[in-house]
Parts: sequence; C-alpha cells; structure tokens
Amino acid sequence: MSTPYIERQTLGEAAVPVPQAIADIAQLEAEAQRILTICNSCRYCEGFCAVFPAMTRRLDFVKEDIHYLANLCHNCGACLHACQYAAPHEFNVNIPRVLAQVRVKTYSEYAWPRSFGRLYDHNGLAMALATAAGLSLFLLLALALTGSLFHQPLAGNFYAIFPHNLLVLMFGAVFVYALLALGIGVSRYWRGTVQSDQHAAPSAGSVAEASSKALTLKYLDGGHGEGCNERDSHYTLWRRRFHHMTFYGFMLCFAATCVGTLYHYALNWHAPYPVLSLPVMLGTVGGVGLLAGPAGLLWLNIKRHPDHGDQAQHAMDRGFIALLFLVSLTGLLLLILRDTSWMGIWLAIHLGFVMAFFLTMPYGKFAHGFYRTAALLKNAAEKRMPKSLSLGSD
Amino acid sequence: MVDVLVIGGGNAALCAALSARENGASVMLLEASPREWRGGNSQHTRNLRCMHDGPQDVLVDAYPEEEYWQDLLKVTGGRTNEHLARLVIRRSSNCRPWMQKYGVRFQNSLSGTLHLARTNAFFMGGGKALVNAYYNSAEALGVDVRYDSPVASIERCGDLFVAAVLEDGRRIEARSCVLAAGGFESNREWLDEAWGENENGERPALEFLIRGTRFNRGVLLRHMIDTGADTIGDPTQAHMVAIDARAPLYDGGICTRIDCVPLGIVVNRDGLRFYDEGEDFWPKRYAIWGRLVAQQAGQIAWSIIDKTSIGRFMPPVFPGTKANTIEDLARQLGLPPGQLVQTINNYNAACKGGAFDHTVLDDCHTQGLEPAKTHWAKPIVHPPFYGFPLKPGVTFTYLGLRTDDTAAVRFNDRPSPNLFVAGEMMAGNILGQGYTGGIGMAIGTAFGRIAGTNAAAYVASSAAVPQRQVA
Repeated sequence: MSTPYIERQTLGEAAVPVPQAIADIAQLEAEAQRILTICNSCRYCEGFCAVFPAMTRRLDFVKEDIHYLANLCHNCGACLHACQYAAPHEFNVNIPRVLAQVRVKTYSEYAWPRSFGRLYDHNGLAMALATAAGLSLFLLLALALTGSLFHQPLAGNFYAIFPHNLLVLMFGAVFVYALLALGIGVSRYWRGTVQSDQHAAPSAGSVAEASSKALTLKYLDGGHGEGCNERDSHYTLWRRRFHHMTFYGFMLCFAATCVGTLYHYALNWHAPYPVLSLPVMLGTVGGVGLLAGPAGLLWLNIKRHPDHGDQAQHAMDRGFIALLFLVSLTGLLLLILRDTSWMGIWLAIHLGFVMAFFLTMPYGKFAHGFYRTAALLKNAAEKRMPKSLSLGSD
Repeated sequence: MVDVLVIGGGNAALCAALSARENGASVMLLEASPREWRGGNSQHTRNLRCMHDGPQDVLVDAYPEEEYWQDLLKVTGGRTNEHLARLVIRRSSNCRPWMQKYGVRFQNSLSGTLHLARTNAFFMGGGKALVNAYYNSAEALGVDVRYDSPVASIERCGDLFVAAVLEDGRRIEARSCVLAAGGFESNREWLDEAWGENENGERPALEFLIRGTRFNRGVLLRHMIDTGADTIGDPTQAHMVAIDARAPLYDGGICTRIDCVPLGIVVNRDGLRFYDEGEDFWPKRYAIWGRLVAQQAGQIAWSIIDKTSIGRFMPPVFPGTKANTIEDLARQLGLPPGQLVQTINNYNAACKGGAFDHTVLDDCHTQGLEPAKTHWAKPIVHPPFYGFPLKPGVTFTYLGLRTDDTAAVRFNDRPSPNLFVAGEMMAGNILGQGYTGGIGMAIGTAFGRIAGTNAAAYVASSAAVPQRQVA
C-alpha cells in the first residue's frame, strides 16, 4: 500500500525553543515551523480562522507553507489568548507574532524590483509624514515662486492652480507603478507558495469564496461572529468595523476619482463638480469613512495587547494609517475651502499627501491586502482539493 | 464577610462561583496560581461529553443517557456511583446553554476527532478559551477573583465551615465554601508515596510526567483527609495515558500524545512486546496505556512504526527517531538490537489477514503470537523506521472527598451544611478507575453548578436566622 504522504525537507528540529531575538528570515521560518508543529498536534484553535484548518492539511511545514500561512493569518489574536502553550509556558507559542514577522519578510522577499524590498523595513510613520510634508512643501514653494500662494477665489477650479494634464501625468504614473510593483510582487508570491502538487488553477467557486472572505473580513469575526481580541481575552468587532470603514471609504474615494475621470474624458464635463454631484458625494462619504476608520484602527493599534503581532511593524502600520487619515482630512478640508483664497495652499498640501500615499503604497502596509487576498484564494483552492491525509478515524 | 468562598480556579470552581453569584450570593474566588497560569487542568481540556437525544448544533445523532451510562460503566469496570453518574449525565444534556450564557462557544469536532462528533461538544479555542470566558463573566458579575492565593487549611466549627487560611497566613471568613482545588497529581512526593516500590525495586511514580497544571499539589485535599473528611478512591488511580517521554514535566497537555500505537508495535526496555496494540481504536484505549507503561521496567516503552504509517495518525509534536534498519533504530533508542530484531521478525511472521484499513477494525491480526495484535497487524518492513518513546502521563488523580447529590463534603457520613466540593476533588465518586474523553468536564460542570447553587442557598436560608444577622 502506498503512502499518501511524500516526505519533504523540513527546516529543522521541531519543538526546540528558539531564542527571542530573531531577525533572519531562515531563523524566523525555523521558529514558525517549530510553533506550527506544536499547533498541528494540538488543533484546539481550528474554529477561529482558516490558518489552523490549513495546518491540518500538512504534516510538516516548509518555506512555501509558512509563507502561505503567514499571509492567511489576519492577526486577530484569538489563538494567542486561547493558547495553552503561550508564554509563560516553555513552548512559548505565539502564532500571531511569528506569522506577522514572517509576513513582512514575504513582502520584501517577493517585492519588485527585488532590491526595493528592503523599503518595507523603513516605511514607518516618520517616513510617511516626512514624505508628505516634503512633497506638500515642494508644491507650496512651486506655487509661491509663481506668485499664486493666495489667489482670488476660483470657485474650486483646481486646474487653475495645477493644470489637469500635469496632475494626470504625475499621479497616473505613480499609481500605475504602484499597482505594477504590487501586482508583480503578489504574482511572485503566488508562484512561490504553490507546491508542485498543487498546480490546479483556482476555480470560479474559489475566487468567489476568497472574494467574499476578503470583502467581509470573515477572519476578523473570531469564528463565532463576536470579533477578535484587542487588549485582552474579550472579543470585539471594532477592528472589523473600522477596517470596513477604511477599506470601503478608500474604495468610495477611488470610485469618485473614476467617475470624475469618466466625466472628464467621456462626457467632457470638467471639474469643479457641484457638492451634490456623484464624484463629490462619493468622495465625501468615502472621506468620512477614511477619517473614522483609520482613526479607530490607530486607536486599536495603540491599545493592542503587546504580545499580538510584531511590535517592530507598528511604525509601518501607523504610518499607513496616518497617511490614509491625513489624505482624507486634507481632502475634506479642501472641499470646504475650495471656494476661498486658501484653495491653492490646501490643494498643494492635499496633493502632497496623496502623492506620498501613492509613493509609499507598493512598499508599505498597503501590500497586506494583496498578499492576504492571494493567500485566501490559495486557501479556497486548497480546500477543494482531495484530502491527502487520513489521520486516525477521520 | 463574603457569602460564598470558592477555593480553586478551574472549570468546577468557576461554575460554582458563577452559580453562587447568579443565586444572589457575594463571591470570592481563590486561585492558587498567578493569573497567567489560571484555570488549572481546565486550560488543557477540549470538550464536554454530552448526553443528547437528537442532533444538536455541534453534535450529530443521539447519545442517550443509557448509552452514556454503559460507556462509563465499561471504562470504570463498575467502580462508580450510579446515582451520581446519572446525575452528571443528565446535567450534561442541558448545561450548554448555561455555558454559552457565560461566553463559552462550541465548535464541531476537530479534524482527527471524528469519532467524538456524536458524543463530545468541543470548546471553540479549547479549555483556555473556556476559562477566559468564565473569568471574564465572573469579573463582570462582580466575583472577587484573587490570584496567587493557595489555601493551606480551613477552619471548621463541627461540620460547619468558618474560614480558609492561605499559605501566607491570611485568614478569610465566609458564610459557605466550595472546595474545587483539583487533585494531587502535581505533588510528585504524594504520587511516589501512593505508588511505592515495585517488584523490581523501582519507584515508578518518579518517572511519571504530569500532563496538566503544576499547581494541583493536593495541599487542601490532604488537609481535608487529615481532618476527618470522608474520602473516596484509591491514590494510585488516575486518568493516566501514555505520552511522549520527551514532554515537559508539567503542562504538556494534548500535543504530547502519541497516536501511532495501534499502527505498529510497542516494546519495553528489553525490546519485548507486552500488550495488544490493536485491541481497539486508540481513543478507546489510550487511557489504559499509561498504566501499562507504568508497569514496565523503567516505566518506559517505545512505539515503533515504519514508513507506511506516516500520515495516518495525528502528527506528533516531537519528531520520531528515524533509522533505515531496525538494528540502527534499536541502537539510537538504546534498546538491545538483537532482541528488537527478533521481536519484529516474530511479529512480522505472525501477521495474517487481508486488507489493512486503519479507519475500521480490520482483519489484520497476528497468529500464534503472544501477546497477540488483534487489528492493524501489518509487517514492519518498509524503511525508514521510526521510534517514539512513551512514558506515563498523569492527567488527574481520583482520590477525593466522598459526596452526595448535594455536593456536600461529608464528615463521619454526615453532610456539612455549608461546605461543598466539586471537580477533581470529588471526581473519584464517579471515576473509580479508567477514563472516557470529556467526562472530567461533565463532572466539573455539573458538580460546580450544584455546589455553587447549594452554597448560595445555604447563605440565603441562614440569613433568616436571627443570630447570623449583622447587628
């Protein structure tokens, strides 16, 4: 009788504690393998999320598996609070932390261009704000040099300050680059985590399931629908709610831009658009979401239990959250001030923040949405494959 | 003065505290451990054996009272109390909504545990999630939870509880009290005293590993026995399984189990087999292997399998010792190579029967071999070979306080009016020997709730007595 399991190369001795200070990715993967081996022989957390059921489809954990699971984890914290092997237990199991540590390394490892991967290590709050402030200042100086820092009210005509085609060229180029860089990165990740025995292309059902899990943030519901952990072992839905406000706020703002572009080119209807027009309404509602969502996420991030996730990534998380918030804040202020002589200044400041957001997008926290969705898709596809293990009485 | 003092911090104690509180009593709970180790052995549990007459949310089919009782009768070999056992069984059928009210969430049986999908309701996230939910609920209801508070003794006036004295000398008075401080399994000196010396001059208990908390030292249990409480059970009886010998001394929990026993053979230090590894499915037999290994020289044994078994049992936490020949495996494990080769050759030659199928009681068995292997007997011939060392792992001890259906502690066969007991401290009333998964939590939940309710009822009734009213 043939064995259903093909032995693969393992990363090291399992269940041997590894010291705290781990930076190198190989060491991180070895630590992840150690912890995953413990989890796979315990399995109590199977109900919380997709990570644990995915573990049970494996007997050992090689690099590809660890990179996959690292991005499947939503860092909800439930398994840490429920863990009988968490510190002070000598096994020192902390799945959210080790997977977060590996996760950011996967962004770097699969980044395009490869040499830019290191940017993930330096994409913090200070970097985000400095970029935004620098770009705003540059635009302000450009305005001052041309003598139009203050101006007669222009009834919201931004293009009187910065010509339309200039804006399209600048922002379009940076945005396309960001999407290209992330797209190449995530496709490298996809290839890098797919085992040779799993070459089936995802079915429509898999795509639908992964989309639904991503769009509803299923795995921030704790498995029981009461949410994830923040400060302690209580469950709360607030992270999911704030994330929804952020994501859907962002998408509404994006939709506003798309509608505006359509108006401009297809209908030859040029900005400024009235307050009750579709682009402005979409942008306003989205902007409010992009204020409340990031503010809430930042608050939760600061209050999080210190053992959740990777403390070293707080700077990247908060830099991204702060930029989203400030893009929205400057945008909404611009809407309010667009009929005044301050419009030029606010436009320069807002554009500085938007540009900073676009520039930091491919090498910052924004990447998590792409990599996690890819992991969810892999998970949906994997679940549909025939079982290769038959443990005990299953 | 607090109304109800609960001594202990695991499932039974928390059920008692919540029940007393919901019956109007003020409650203080004394947990011996620091906060991060709270919950005793309940941290390591995963399910509750539940009676049910039809499919429920996470339970398939039915598990009627009579079948549950027969299962219990079988594993205990009749060493049980039918009245109390049936009380626990019936209580298990309607306690889950109460548990859910206090934050416990259930899930379908875990992968690899399909055999329990009918009988056992699994806690989402396991026992520590349950413990967290109960502590959160207790705190929200105003239960005064004190960590780092091991109790050394209690003061009585006749059969009446008066106060508890902590190990640091603090004295806490209460109107009634629930004892739910666990067995004595973490007290290795006591285990050694109970097991004594075997015929080979060894002291077997010194080799035992403790699967659960390090805080169940049995201090209060010993005090109660020494001060005349009625007891039940044999100090050597315990829920004891065979676990990986490399497990930590305490708190190894579920992941140190070795599930490949029925797929191969088990040999002792001399390289000899000693019991039918294929007697039944492992979940029905794991609880006897702790004692079987305890009876071997050195209290150690090795499960040996070949490549064909990989992927057919729950993955072990520690890797097996691996070798391409039996001789090399024996050398690496420190077993006599010649004897091990002979044992395996004899076994391989005796294997008879048709199609191997580890998911059913197949017809692969040995012929003319002593002891026989009655199922899943397939020759160990395909390298690499793997060996896993086994040691006895004590989950909890059965020596406890005798009680009745009111959960009262008894002195000279008289129930105390205001001192109650729940959980491992009285599980021996129902478990004289043997174990079946999820019964410990069923006992703890049923008796925790009874004890808490009765402790609160005592306070309510005694409040009407004039001399107990505060002037």
